[in-house]
Amino acid sequence: MAFSILRLARRSIGTLGIALITIAPLVAFALTPADIAPLAADDFDAKSAAIDKLIANHDAPSHALLKALSEDNALTTDSGEVLIQDGDTTKDAITGKAVSAPGAQPVTLNNLLRSKVSGALSGSQLDSPDLETRRAAINALLQNPDPSMKPLIDAQRAKETDPGLKKKLDTLWAMTALHNSDPATRLEAVQLVAARHDLDMNELLRPLVAKKPDGTFVESDDRVRAAAQAGIDELDAIQRRSEIAGTLFAGLSLGSVLLLAALGLAITYGLIGVINMAHGEFLMIGAYATYVVQNLFKRFAPGAFDWYPLLAVPASFVAAALVGMVLERLVLKHLYGRPLETLLTTFGVSLILIQATRMIFGAQNVQVSNPAWMSGGVTVMPSLILPYNRLAILAFSLIVVGIAWAVLTKTRLGLFVRAVTQNRRMAACVGVRTSRVDSYAFAFGAGIAGLGGCALSQIGNVGPDLGQSYIIDSFMAVVLGGVGQLAGTVIGGFGLGLISKAIEPFWGAVLAKIAVLVLIVLFIQKRPQGMFALKGRSAEV
Amino acid sequence: MTSATSPASVTSSGSGAPPGTERAAQSGFALGLPPRPALLSRPAWIALIALIIAVGLGVPFSALVLPETSAFHLSAYMMTLTGKFMCYAIGALALDLVWGYCGILSLGHALFFALGGYAIGMYLMRAIGHNGVYQSDLPDFMVFLNWHALPWYWEGTQHLWYALLLVILVPAVIAWVFGFFTFRSRVKGVYLSIITQAMTFAAMLLFYRNETGFGGNNGFTDFKRIGGFPITHPGTRTALFLITFAVLVLAFLGARAIVTSKLGRVVTAVRDGETRLMFLGYSPLGYKLFIWTVSAILCGIAGALYVPQVGIINPGEMSPGNSIEMAIWVAVGGRGTLIGPIIGAFAVNGAKSFFTANFPEYWLFFLGLIFVLVPLLLPRGIMGLIELVLHKRDRS
Repeated sequence: MAFSILRLARRSIGTLGIALITIAPLVAFALTPADIAPLAADDFDAKSAAIDKLIANHDAPSHALLKALSEDNALTTDSGEVLIQDGDTTKDAITGKAVSAPGAQPVTLNNLLRSKVSGALSGSQLDSPDLETRRAAINALLQNPDPSMKPLIDAQRAKETDPGLKKKLDTLWAMTALHNSDPATRLEAVQLVAARHDLDMNELLRPLVAKKPDGTFVESDDRVRAAAQAGIDELDAIQRRSEIAGTLFAGLSLGSVLLLAALGLAITYGLIGVINMAHGEFLMIGAYATYVVQNLFKRFAPGAFDWYPLLAVPASFVAAALVGMVLERLVLKHLYGRPLETLLTTFGVSLILIQATRMIFGAQNVQVSNPAWMSGGVTVMPSLILPYNRLAILAFSLIVVGIAWAVLTKTRLGLFVRAVTQNRRMAACVGVRTSRVDSYAFAFGAGIAGLGGCALSQIGNVGPDLGQSYIIDSFMAVVLGGVGQLAGTVIGGFGLGLISKAIEPFWGAVLAKIAVLVLIVLFIQKRPQGMFALKGRSAEV
Repeated sequence: MTSATSPASVTSSGSGAPPGTERAAQSGFALGLPPRPALLSRPAWIALIALIIAVGLGVPFSALVLPETSAFHLSAYMMTLTGKFMCYAIGALALDLVWGYCGILSLGHALFFALGGYAIGMYLMRAIGHNGVYQSDLPDFMVFLNWHALPWYWEGTQHLWYALLLVILVPAVIAWVFGFFTFRSRVKGVYLSIITQAMTFAAMLLFYRNETGFGGNNGFTDFKRIGGFPITHPGTRTALFLITFAVLVLAFLGARAIVTSKLGRVVTAVRDGETRLMFLGYSPLGYKLFIWTVSAILCGIAGALYVPQVGIINPGEMSPGNSIEMAIWVAVGGRGTLIGPIIGAFAVNGAKSFFTANFPEYWLFFLGLIFVLVPLLLPRGIMGLIELVLHKRDRS
């Protein structure tokens, strides 16, 4: 949204600038009060013209006024004078004399004018002796190319010594030289622009290959047109690559969420053969635990707010694990061996938990805010930004998988869990207290779902129905991966996420879901036990 | 589809075996199996016929003849409510066929219910004719979406007979195809439940879209007439009520005939020991497919009776929650009894009407508690409880 506004602004500045070059010759005037009087008025078009004059002037007072405009230090009085605020004093913009003007108001600029002013300021800094200032000015101009800067850019390009900056200046020059009358210059310009590999350059190149209404090309020279077309093709390829990378990331991100939701499910199903329909509600409990912790931090330790996840993660694990333990002890324990009834019972539990949450926290979604370090993102490609919160969750899910793997393979409890999963009666015979193992494992699975809820609260809405929206997908991940298999769940979760996101751009979210379902039904034709089937004696019970 | 692995081979080979009970010898069983029960016992026949007479005469009399001020007058509200419950009961009966007798807990029966409803709904939308808001040939929602012609699958839906054919064919085909692929790969138990639920969920998402051509999330409503009769007229309502009752009775007898047949026995054997049955030389696929498809058709018919009575069908009807609620009707009544699910549908939905009218915020708690407590305390449902009481009386 903000991005497109910026683009729009840039495009209009470009056309405006071009128009300016062709209509008004670049002649320096001395600054007169009449020139800048429009700044005090409300008409933005007139303001724009006044700023253009300031830019064309290249003298000290104009520069000072531009600087003041960019820093919101320009004031106007009711009588139409323009003043510059300098610390506590105010000075007349033209004479530079200190004047007192009690009722002065700041000059209001819109975004368009703001970028025009900052672009102009950068232009005037192009010949600064300081390398860093020059670099900043050039970068600012690259962001906001302005053809009216052409003379300055040409001049600086001739005398720039730093090779890096020289290259940038070349590009900058090329951007202003695309409409030069000499075809050779245009060709060079087009090649330089295309070599930037910046998707925004598309807008500069496209007009060159366009046709006029009468069928002739806007650009008369064949070589220039071919170069522009090549540039566009290359930019399209970059665009495609970044789209693929974006889809891949979205898939991994969805996969990590599904994985967190499915992991606990896979453990409990593998162990006790129970599909827990209330599993989604453990996600919800984890998310609400995060919400409560966040609120406690807001009230009692606002300074440490950025670190609330440190406490929210264990809190969400414990909250969900406790509810899971109670559920197992009170209800599920009595239903072992009757999986279909367990299915119904756990559905009832989920209804109760949802309704209880509605009555405690209200039916509306609650607000869980990201800590500061999780907002924003890393820009990988111009059109691909990876949000930090999604990256954090991806990492978090992998850590959770690691912990689950460690618990299942390296601890005594894990050994018992695996033993009971493989052969309950034999495990009982050699002295494993199976019922206690069931409880712990169920609580562990619920706790992992709680962690998933904590993660979800950072990227989505937190409401009583939170669990419902993920539960079917996470079941599918378990079915796809095979029951009671950690590796299977990981592949199943990420696979499902990637497939869904890969289909979505073509068919839309709904058809993608249906397609995924059909794929799964077809898949289990081939591999009824999932990708990672249990083998040997424990396979068919 | 069942002929390939008919139980006939087993039963005929039994003729040379030593004689069992008289009844078993008659039916060819001599393996010490208990005799197949009759369709209905004599008292049950008497009760059923009495009920048919009472409803068949009493309802029209009370709804149409008695004045509205009379204490015995059947109001339109009560009639719609009871009619709705009877549709639910047919659905529960259908689910009991697959869950109670074949061990397949379907969490997708709301889909078949809704498909039947949508099929008849297409006819009802066409029957509105020019009486819609836009007075167009097309249903209102299509005019609203700026469509200019009916989609191909709406072809022929102006005929009631064709819509009724769709009511049966659509759930049947979908159930058969889905069942073929899942049963063939021997998906069973909880896995199957989850997949049926996902199927329903996907279908719901599909029907929520306007492009699907079924009215998006508003679905079909504002019906005017059915078979030429105004749909809100008391006479039409009474007729629909009686048809629903007749279908419920026939469905019950039909289901009873299936489960007491030889085929029903094999189906029950699939429930109790599918692997063992396969070792005996049966292929369970055909049996499962048959019972599954019959159940889906029955559910579709229930949906088709439901829509004209309540006057609306939308995708919410096929939400996964609805399917699971159907399962709890069966569980409450007692599965594998056929009569139990009918009682369960009435009991649970009666409670729902009571709670949503009086304590709306506690209904979900109550429903949740039923889900939790019935499997824990009443594993065989209300019918199990009744049997227990009868047995105690017998012994004392």
